[in-house]
Amino acid sequence: MAEKKKISYGHEFTKGLLKENPVLRLVLGTCPTLATSTSVVNGVGMGIAATIVLVCSNICISALRKVIPSKARIPAYIVIIASFVTMVQMLVKAFVPALDQSLGVFLPLIVVNCIILGRAEAFAGKNPVLASAVDGLGMGIGFTAALFCMGTVREILGAGTFLSGIQTMIGSFVDLGSFNGFDFTPILEKLHLAPMTLFILPAGGFFVFGVLMACVNKIAEGKGLKKADQLGCAGCPYAAACGKTEAACANETEKEAAAQ
Amino acid sequence: MKFYIALLIMGILTSNFVLSKFLGICPFLGVSKKLNTAVGMSAAVIFVMLLATAATFPLNKLLEKYDLGYLQTIVFILVIAALVQIVEIVMKKYIKPLYNALGIYLPLITTNCAVLGVVILNIDNIAEYASQGVTYGFGHAMVNSFAAGAGFMLAMVIFAGVRSKLETADVPKFMQGLPITLVAASIVSLSFLGFTGLVEGLGLLG
Repeated sequence: MAEKKKISYGHEFTKGLLKENPVLRLVLGTCPTLATSTSVVNGVGMGIAATIVLVCSNICISALRKVIPSKARIPAYIVIIASFVTMVQMLVKAFVPALDQSLGVFLPLIVVNCIILGRAEAFAGKNPVLASAVDGLGMGIGFTAALFCMGTVREILGAGTFLSGIQTMIGSFVDLGSFNGFDFTPILEKLHLAPMTLFILPAGGFFVFGVLMACVNKIAEGKGLKKADQLGCAGCPYAAACGKTEAACANETEKEAAAQ
Repeated sequence: MKFYIALLIMGILTSNFVLSKFLGICPFLGVSKKLNTAVGMSAAVIFVMLLATAATFPLNKLLEKYDLGYLQTIVFILVIAALVQIVEIVMKKYIKPLYNALGIYLPLITTNCAVLGVVILNIDNIAEYASQGVTYGFGHAMVNSFAAGAGFMLAMVIFAGVRSKLETADVPKFMQGLPITLVAASIVSLSFLGFTGLVEGLGLLG
């Protein structure tokens, strides 16, 4: 896709949403996905923060792609990404302190989110500025959408609410009245049911992620797309960066291909 | 002494880095196929975590002294990256056997979220424990890092065993590969819930 002379912006944008969804198809950024999807508001907050960093770093890296020597590109990318993460961190702390509280360590950890370095390496380092920005936006929205799906399932099943805590997140910017998410617990109580707390615990995170990925596999299979299972060296965004394992990676990938 | 034991138990069992804090999921899913690679990777992670903490914990004091706390993220990631590179070079030259065992994992660990995570959590812990009236010093940070790494190793080793069983299991086609691995991880994580309240129950935290 990167070698094409003519860039279709529509394609660059939409591929991140479904076909190459970073979380569900490329299996990148699993740590923040699992950790921050305990509620919809948390997950979407994380998604937006990461999208901002991704778009800015893609633009910056793409603009500097002819200046950065290829041997020193990974450290250069990391410095650029870390600067934007620091900016986003400061903005979130100043304007949405509740989000800073709930994301905790995962806000600075956007630096090591594989999606961002992965896109820098795979796309922004080789393509013009506008295309990279569109690519970053598409991937970021794909990430946010995946977090939204996971958050929805986990929050409704695990806590019996939907969009709870939205007041503390955007209440100071948008007038929501007294709306603070939907609460299904009274209905559940009438039916003598309680929310399944398991789903907001870590175990539920792994489970929902696994099932969601299985669903996506099933849909993709119907459309004749390749399977998402890319773990091991083939799916590692650092494969190109880590010279030492390159040969080992090629071996492993070949073996996997032969086994299939 | 009690506090050190509490930190160890928390890191390894009750708030396991992989299974309840979701740090280092990529290597957990990617490298846990075989037992020997799982052990090698975890050993390298423990090593780098200790090293990174030893370097960044004092450095943080310096940053705070000059009111540069906001540079934390960018400084820490660079320090970790540089440190790993230097250690790799030194190891290759002088400690060949160790390099052969851990070497190939080192470049992968630089940008692993577990390492940056433990370093940042250590800094956050200072304020958190201070509010409870407990001082959290360099020794505590090192023990905490070791516990985090050991917890990572425990999860990796257990999971390598689970995965070897999975390979012979008859799994529905759309669940094959990652989805069933994640469901298995969910069950392993569930079993670790059994340790909840262990630290408080033993009365290790005042």
